[in-house]
Amino acid sequence: MNIDYSQFLNMIPEVTLTALLVIVFIADFCTARKPGDEPRKWFNPLVCILMTAHLLFNMSTTETATAFSGMYYTNATVGVIKTILAFGTLIVLIQSREWMNRLDTTFKEGEFYMLVVSTLLGMNMMVSANHFLLFFLGLEMASVPMACLVGLDKYRHQSAEAAAKFILTATFSSGVMLFGISFIYGATGTLYFDDIVSKISATPMIIMGMVFFFSGLGFKISLVPFHFWTADTYQGAPTTVTGYLSVVSKGAAAFALAAILMKVFAPVVMYWQNLLFIVVVLSITVANLFAIRQSDLKRFMAFSSISQAGYIVLSIVGNNSMSVTALSFYVLIYVVANMAVFTVISSIEEHNNGVVDMESYNGLYTTNPKLAFLMTLALFSLGGIPPFAGMFSKFFVFMAAVKGMSVDTQIGAMAYGVVFIALINTVISLYYYLLIVKAMYIKHNDKPLPTFTSAVSTKLALAICTLGVVAFGLCSFVYGWINAAAA
Amino acid sequence: MEYSYSFLILLLPFLSFLVLGLCGMKMKEKVAFGIGTTVLGVLWCLSLYTAYEYFFAVGRDAAGLYPTVTAFNLTWLDFGKAPLFGTELIFNIGFRLTPISVMMLVVITTVSFMVHIYSLGYMAERDEEYRVEGYEKGFQRFYAFLSLFTMSMLGLVVATNIFQMYLFWELVGVCSYLLIGFYYPKHAAVHASKKAFIVTRFADLFFLIGILFYSYYVGTFNFDLNADPTIANRLPMAVNILPVALFLMFIGGAGKSAMFPLHIWLPDAMEGPTPVSALIHAATMVVAGVFQVASLMPIWLKYAPNTLHYVAYIAAFTAFYAAAVACTQRDIKRGLAFSTISQIAYMLVALGVCSAVEGEGSVGYMASMFHLFTHAMFKALLFLCSGAIIVIIGSNFKDYMGGLHKYMPITNWCFFFACLCISGIPPFSGFFSKDEIVAACFHFSPFLGWFMTLVSGMTAFYMFRLYYVIFWGKSYYEADPENRRKPQEVPAIMWGPLVFLCIVGCLCGLIPFGHFVSLDGHAEDIAIQTFAIWTWPSVAWVSIVVAIIGIGLATWMYKSGENPVPDMLKRRMPKLHEAALQRFYIDDAWQFFTHKIVFGLFSKPIAWFDRRVIDGTFNFLAWGTQTAGETIRPWQSGDVRQYAAWFITGTVALTLVLLCIL
Repeated sequence: MNIDYSQFLNMIPEVTLTALLVIVFIADFCTARKPGDEPRKWFNPLVCILMTAHLLFNMSTTETATAFSGMYYTNATVGVIKTILAFGTLIVLIQSREWMNRLDTTFKEGEFYMLVVSTLLGMNMMVSANHFLLFFLGLEMASVPMACLVGLDKYRHQSAEAAAKFILTATFSSGVMLFGISFIYGATGTLYFDDIVSKISATPMIIMGMVFFFSGLGFKISLVPFHFWTADTYQGAPTTVTGYLSVVSKGAAAFALAAILMKVFAPVVMYWQNLLFIVVVLSITVANLFAIRQSDLKRFMAFSSISQAGYIVLSIVGNNSMSVTALSFYVLIYVVANMAVFTVISSIEEHNNGVVDMESYNGLYTTNPKLAFLMTLALFSLGGIPPFAGMFSKFFVFMAAVKGMSVDTQIGAMAYGVVFIALINTVISLYYYLLIVKAMYIKHNDKPLPTFTSAVSTKLALAICTLGVVAFGLCSFVYGWINAAAA
Repeated sequence: MEYSYSFLILLLPFLSFLVLGLCGMKMKEKVAFGIGTTVLGVLWCLSLYTAYEYFFAVGRDAAGLYPTVTAFNLTWLDFGKAPLFGTELIFNIGFRLTPISVMMLVVITTVSFMVHIYSLGYMAERDEEYRVEGYEKGFQRFYAFLSLFTMSMLGLVVATNIFQMYLFWELVGVCSYLLIGFYYPKHAAVHASKKAFIVTRFADLFFLIGILFYSYYVGTFNFDLNADPTIANRLPMAVNILPVALFLMFIGGAGKSAMFPLHIWLPDAMEGPTPVSALIHAATMVVAGVFQVASLMPIWLKYAPNTLHYVAYIAAFTAFYAAAVACTQRDIKRGLAFSTISQIAYMLVALGVCSAVEGEGSVGYMASMFHLFTHAMFKALLFLCSGAIIVIIGSNFKDYMGGLHKYMPITNWCFFFACLCISGIPPFSGFFSKDEIVAACFHFSPFLGWFMTLVSGMTAFYMFRLYYVIFWGKSYYEADPENRRKPQEVPAIMWGPLVFLCIVGCLCGLIPFGHFVSLDGHAEDIAIQTFAIWTWPSVAWVSIVVAIIGIGLATWMYKSGENPVPDMLKRRMPKLHEAALQRFYIDDAWQFFTHKIVFGLFSKPIAWFDRRVIDGTFNFLAWGTQTAGETIRPWQSGDVRQYAAWFITGTVALTLVLLCIL
């Protein structure tokens, strides 16, 4: 069989990622470490620099192109979301240095990088897919290494448990999703996105296939009622991995969902809009109700991320030109704000014997004022307090959800209603985000965490995130860049 | 491209603010001073160069006008075609050069640069012999705020649209708040900063409402309604609302420019460090209101010419009122503050009496801008002189001064010349600018002309009263030389800026201002001479005579410090004197208004509503949330089989819901 190799030129991001994967593999293979060996000081900077190179190399505007008889598809918007994903991964990589340079983890360093890069490769395939099979392959390619990442700390009971739960529920959801895809195939006789859209109509079979497919992606984005794994997995996974799972993986799946709903299921738009109304309201509300009662910070962030996922998906409801822009912007802001929080959490975990409960944060301000301040900024952004970026991203999401809608139509009234519920939930979410701020600044603690100095890499990651939190909203060219790509 | 460097004018002070604000505490004071001052020096040169390029190198266009140049205009937020708004809703941030914004660039950077230099001397801690021991706490913070203020003020004057102006308008308000409250351990400073912020913010609310009216009905934020052809068909609808919108915007300007009855914050703002008073509360921020009205002048004249005259009446009353209060103040900075209010009112009177875009009816515009320019220089000088005195004496009150001319000769002369400027004695600058204003008033109505002439006589009187009680009269030191510190001249780092500003302040009246700035853009060389004395000699002669009478009266009453007349007057009219000293109880009236009427009639019922209904709702919400959280807790059991069951139940339920409801 002859393959036209020039097609690879249309998928440069995947090619560079594969090259990165190979380099990391060879580097790790040649300098392998046993448990207890000295860490390799050059390894993390090398990977970070390569990742930055990948990011910058692919940042310029992507042309619309297809490859492999139309299975693979890319355009400027896809290019932007890939850049955002790579950016999120880069922050994770920078931030992982402190954790990966410990004596008890350093032998897993290469493994960690390879798994992270391969999940990113899978996500790239997922957002570029133009065919349900390739999409499914990408999804699994992102899922299976992710389970390994969750269980990276395999001798710790919680981590192993989290990995087991993750892989079991992931398998289950994949099954449901394949079931849905097979329905669609049965009804239309094709798996190409472009062909399906012309053959689809609102038959019960198609609706059922769509909902089953949706639940599989809903699992990845952790929407209610497909979210149950989230809390246990987030809590058990190593903190850095939790950060990765909560931003990059979620962003990729949300983008894929938006693309498929808006492209493939365009003829049944009424159905999926109603579906989203239900799921968004449930996600935001239920997650908020759970988040209020958490005492473990990682578990708390898990519910926060479910609620944030609701906001991300809310932008699709509008089904207009602004939806994808608002979604990508929200994901970008969510990446920086959430990674800032997770960097602080992991930094404190490193200096607090691995304890991440909320009580450790009482009085943090007295001993580590800068860390507390950066955490506060990030939480403000997550809560949507102006002038931080989170306020802008929420604003754009709400705007996208109701843009072009009229209150007189049923769908329009529903959209406004959902946005209203989302607004009320923003108030509730502020309450629990501010609980942490209150703990750090106001609550008294006889034995606050002693003052410590974070590693340079952690500081760098925090600096990038904080810059994003402060500037991404105010500097309009960030939004303009995404918008230009979508236009 | 021309003016390609203009972005630096906003960027440099912002960077300086970031550097000083973030790393200031790790620097030595001198380094912070160096960074701030160097940046300002560069800015000063850039502004002068901009002025040179704008007025001379590029000059007038083919139509004989100085063109409005937009050096850059970035889209900050683009909402596209927004619902409810009708047209495209786009917020731009840019850099726009007009004759008056170029003039403001020069004013702001000149005064700010001088203040930066001067502050090194002012913010020092000194021992008994006036030797520098160290610097005040928060010295770096001070310079960081000065940089931020300079950036905000520059952004305000180069605004390409009203929204940008409003953004930077609020920023200068914040800077003013931060700098007035610089000595935050002092209660008076904290109260003054709060008062300034709340009063100006209250006025800004009207500005914002005005902007909303304006942009909603006109469909643009631009200053120039002719530039945008798409709004032409909206204008007929907007004509009725434009006077209201413009007047609401003016209320915002009246708050910043301390017009009666919103002036109450400015005298208290003198609690801030004196260089700040010179920069913000004399030369730049307080004239923002004047600048705002001037920027919108073509729209005022075209759509609200009658409303514009209300501005003149309000300002004329303010000028008189502030001059009357200034005659009795014992705190020299507060005396100067009232003088500032009165002089800004002059500028607004001049704008308010404009009645035509060209010819004699437009001379007020030019006069107002001219007075803004000269006043900025000599009032900053007066404040810096008073700062020098405060450094030496250690108090603001005139009782501790007297007879200083022997000990502080340079400050004495600078203050003296500044007093001549503000009193309107030729050939000093104030004469020219103020005379244009009075001439414009006479053109509008003879009554207003005589009224403003009277106020200018009062100005001469109270300024020279201030001068004599500080530098002449009975010396506080000589009354008990054994126990009191001997005053001496301030160091060169402080008197240098004084001398510079003194020279600029005295001579800037000779600039043929009408050549550069006029309402229709044409040079006013022919129609009306810059030197008003040539066109309306009678006006000029009258003002000179009135000024000399004022000065003579002040000399007779206060020079020796022994004349019994002031005390006699005080005894004869105790009520009037007390009332003037208490600023005619305007502060108390506001206090009554806010505490009794606003708090009592509105706030209390609203507070009740807030506590019972709003809080109740939220408490209920919180209770509901907590209870619901408790109820659904068991769902998250940790059992994977159960999760899968929920998962599939959810999926099937969603399918059924979709199939049944649609």
